[in-house]
Amino acid sequence: MNRRAQLSALLALPMLWLIGIYIFSLVMLLVTAFWVTDPFTSKVKPGFTLRNFEQIIANPAYASTSIRTLGIALAVTVLSILISVPLGIFMAKVASPKLRAILAVAITLPLWAGYLVKILAMRITFTEEGFFNSMLGPLGISGPGFSIVTVVLTLTYLWLPYMAVPVYTAIRQLPPNLFDASSDLGAGAGFTIRTVVLPLIKPAIIAGSIFTFSLSLGDYIAAKFVGGSTQMIGSIIASNINLNPPIAAAFSLVPIAFVVIYLVSIQRTGALERM
Amino acid sequence: MLRLSLGAKFTLGTIVAISLAFMYIPLFLVVINSFSAARLSSWPITEFSTIWWEKAFVSEPIRAALLNSVIVGLGATVIALILGTLVAFALQRYTFFGKQTVNLLVVLPIALPGIVTGVALNNTYNQVLEPIGIEVGYFGMIIAHGTFCIVMVFNNVLARLRRINPSIEEASRDLGATPLQTFRLVTFPQFRSAFVAGAILAFALSFDEVVVTIFTAPPGVDTLPLWIMNQMARPNEASLVNVVATVVILASFIPVWVSQRLARGADERE
Repeated sequence: MNRRAQLSALLALPMLWLIGIYIFSLVMLLVTAFWVTDPFTSKVKPGFTLRNFEQIIANPAYASTSIRTLGIALAVTVLSILISVPLGIFMAKVASPKLRAILAVAITLPLWAGYLVKILAMRITFTEEGFFNSMLGPLGISGPGFSIVTVVLTLTYLWLPYMAVPVYTAIRQLPPNLFDASSDLGAGAGFTIRTVVLPLIKPAIIAGSIFTFSLSLGDYIAAKFVGGSTQMIGSIIASNINLNPPIAAAFSLVPIAFVVIYLVSIQRTGALERM
Repeated sequence: MLRLSLGAKFTLGTIVAISLAFMYIPLFLVVINSFSAARLSSWPITEFSTIWWEKAFVSEPIRAALLNSVIVGLGATVIALILGTLVAFALQRYTFFGKQTVNLLVVLPIALPGIVTGVALNNTYNQVLEPIGIEVGYFGMIIAHGTFCIVMVFNNVLARLRRINPSIEEASRDLGATPLQTFRLVTFPQFRSAFVAGAILAFALSFDEVVVTIFTAPPGVDTLPLWIMNQMARPNEASLVNVVATVVILASFIPVWVSQRLARGADERE
């Protein structure tokens, strides 16, 4: 067999699956966004209409939900960075080797604890009679309850390892003599972190942010269980999937657009090549 | 050295401590609440009991959901092992036009938000296949899980293939082994542990999946995460959920432990 035939034999089945099922489904999703729903029988009929998109644009609730979801995804990303950088510096530069090994396991382990289990855990923690209010109530602090704040905290809880692990790995790989040089030249720790560490770990932060951003953007289970009345893009898609599939299809293009815009704007900075 | 003042070290240490508390206290609360006698989770716990553990052990819906999760997980893992390994070999051994695109295709099902994958497949099953008389039913869920699990096997096997010395296979061929013999006796043993690690990760990913499952599960069929979710929506027996969640937390240590052992074993042999 020549190499071309070998390659085709290897790729035939995977490509048939991924293109025939997955890409086909994505394309059909785009096509369905232009189909018509019969308002009485709620049966979907093939056709071509821009009404679904008009409805989405005209409905202020859809626009505000999109912006809210974008805000939540950005807040989760920023919060993850704010936790991961000090965590990484502590692990790589302050902790003893033994403590470092323990911490490395400790930050990756929750990744496996189960998505719904973690949402359940946050629900128990922040519920009205829960741990948070019971512990901090005597100090006069009342918890966020089930609100948008809890959604951001829960999503950060879910996706933090995707940021913390690459950031820690990047900080560990920084050559120690960079720190020596910086301090010999008279820079304090804060100045070194700002001007030496942060620029060098930027690719890791960006890599992590792709996950924290994209995963938060598509989530709606957290909003459902710890968000009170908070709605996200996914909430609207999920509530329309049976009643009005074309609207659900059209609205699911919004998170795809956000992710694509995010990736393109990152590529502009040139960070993807250095990843 | 990074010279940090004592105050700076203290601040960093505090941030680390708060982060760890933020990660582990909620999980700990789930475990403790599974031993609460109350129907609703609250703090502090007034009365301890194992009643919810006893109920969970004999619960028929929990057993059915667990069985579904295992069946779907195994089905998805088999699909992922076959397709993931094939693509890994194609990308590692050949150079061809569109290589980057193939790589992107494998990653895409997990890079796009779960709701997009779920809605897209749901749309295909209900608006495209059903009108022409094809009912995917239970298989719809396995197909969906298989699709986003491919990347797990692919990543692991590809990483290992890159480190295999090609001259060992050449030697095998020079000594007269058929391609099949070379694969079975020389190539496969070298990436077997990556293959197994990929399988475990694929199974774990499928076992934990919620959003895609919501949109692709046939009516009336629950996987374990779907059961947990439906139970959370009806909170009057919340403590039963805590038992299942505790078991999931404990079970989640297994794949971590096994894959770390496999990784370590492979490093030691080199």
